[in-house]
Amino acid sequence: MDKTYYDPADLRKFGKITDWQEEVGNKFFDWYGEVFKDGHLTAKEKSLIALAVSHAVQCPYCIDAYTEESIKKGYPEGAMMEAVHVAAAIRGGASLVHGVQMMNKAKKLNV
Amino acid sequence: MTKSLSSLNSPLSSTKRQLKILNSGPFADGDLETFQQKLEKSNQFPLSPTDLEIFQINVGYMCNQTCSHCHVDAGPDRKEIMSKENLQLCLDIIKKHNLKTVDLTGGAPEMNPHFFWFVEELGKLNIEIIVRSNLTIIEANKKYHILPEFFKQNKVRVISSLPFYTSSRTDKQRGKGVFDKSISALQKLNAVGYGLPSSELTLDLVYNPVGPFLPDDQAALEAEYKKELKQNFDIDFNSLFTITNLPISRFLDYLIASENYEDYMYKLVDAFNPSAVNGVMCKNTLSVDWQGNIYDCDFNQMLQLGVESKTSNHISNFYITELLSRNIVVNQHCFGCTAGAGSSCQGTTI
Repeated sequence: MDKTYYDPADLRKFGKITDWQEEVGNKFFDWYGEVFKDGHLTAKEKSLIALAVSHAVQCPYCIDAYTEESIKKGYPEGAMMEAVHVAAAIRGGASLVHGVQMMNKAKKLNV
Repeated sequence: MTKSLSSLNSPLSSTKRQLKILNSGPFADGDLETFQQKLEKSNQFPLSPTDLEIFQINVGYMCNQTCSHCHVDAGPDRKEIMSKENLQLCLDIIKKHNLKTVDLTGGAPEMNPHFFWFVEELGKLNIEIIVRSNLTIIEANKKYHILPEFFKQNKVRVISSLPFYTSSRTDKQRGKGVFDKSISALQKLNAVGYGLPSSELTLDLVYNPVGPFLPDDQAALEAEYKKELKQNFDIDFNSLFTITNLPISRFLDYLIASENYEDYMYKLVDAFNPSAVNGVMCKNTLSVDWQGNIYDCDFNQMLQLGVESKTSNHISNFYITELLSRNIVVNQHCFGCTAGAGSSCQGTTI
């Protein structure tokens, strides 16, 4: 098998990051667990936000994890793809809005 | 129509083959601890029964559906049906030992030709009668149209699978058109009083995941089911039970074919919850197969892992004291009942 930077089997080893730095690692996982509990937003809503963010940060592990989580929590495929479009729209918009900076600079240069 | 593994002569129709798979790979390599090792670590081995509260009878493997995740490998092509003689032996045991709950399962239990007689006999006793109905049987044939009224007359508690509250996911697991038929059957059960807030007729639903993952929180799913089924179909029911798919039979076949087997086993083992062990159903249940053999649970029945008793392993030699002092037979499939919040025929175990 070809060597790759990402191995899907590594996702289940995520918890092992505490092996090399237990205290900070445990704090991260405690905080992580707290973040995804029901609050003003439901755990279900948070799973869909996480799916969108996973695409924005392009994390393959997160995409696998939150695709499963979103299905598990009952989101239909259409809702999941809409969430991905939200992420993509923000990323696209983030590039395009810099067009204003480009225009400002160009005008300053008297183009 | 999809055929059973049995009629396809699939290698996985052999229980020996299934057990070999369950005990190889990461368990043989030592990457994963076995179920016995996990129990030993939490001082819960050997597992033993607490009491006999539920007498679960699998009256036959014949079914009008061929669901992709079925742990029984049931289907229209299965011919294993419990005889009236064996049903009578079960009835004698229930009376003699004053058993409080009888749980009828299959296949589609209603397809056993003696089903109506047997339920009427049980109805004469002051006990809880559970029928695990797949719902579509009510719509399948004219002779089954009377089932809602029949259940009501015999005060049967109906427990039915509905993998999801949308058609696409339900039909994917249970076959095309199953969702619509299930909805129609649920409405008929509601019409005679089942599942209504003011009624004593209990209608529970069962959720099991459509893929290789653990069920979500039972209470949250129940609330969603109630909202969606009421809003879209005006359906009421009592409780929702979440059940984890165990890696045996057709679900094992699916896991292997979709290359999800190893990941799924890691998920189950990683989610092992020692506090879920005490509520597993083998501690208060016995399972009987169509031939009268006795097992610790319906899953052990499907793997042909009989009770650990040489002298009381059949309904013709049923000795309750001996059965209650047995050790429960465990294997790697048991991780399905102890993962997360646990899983049993009555939903979560904690």
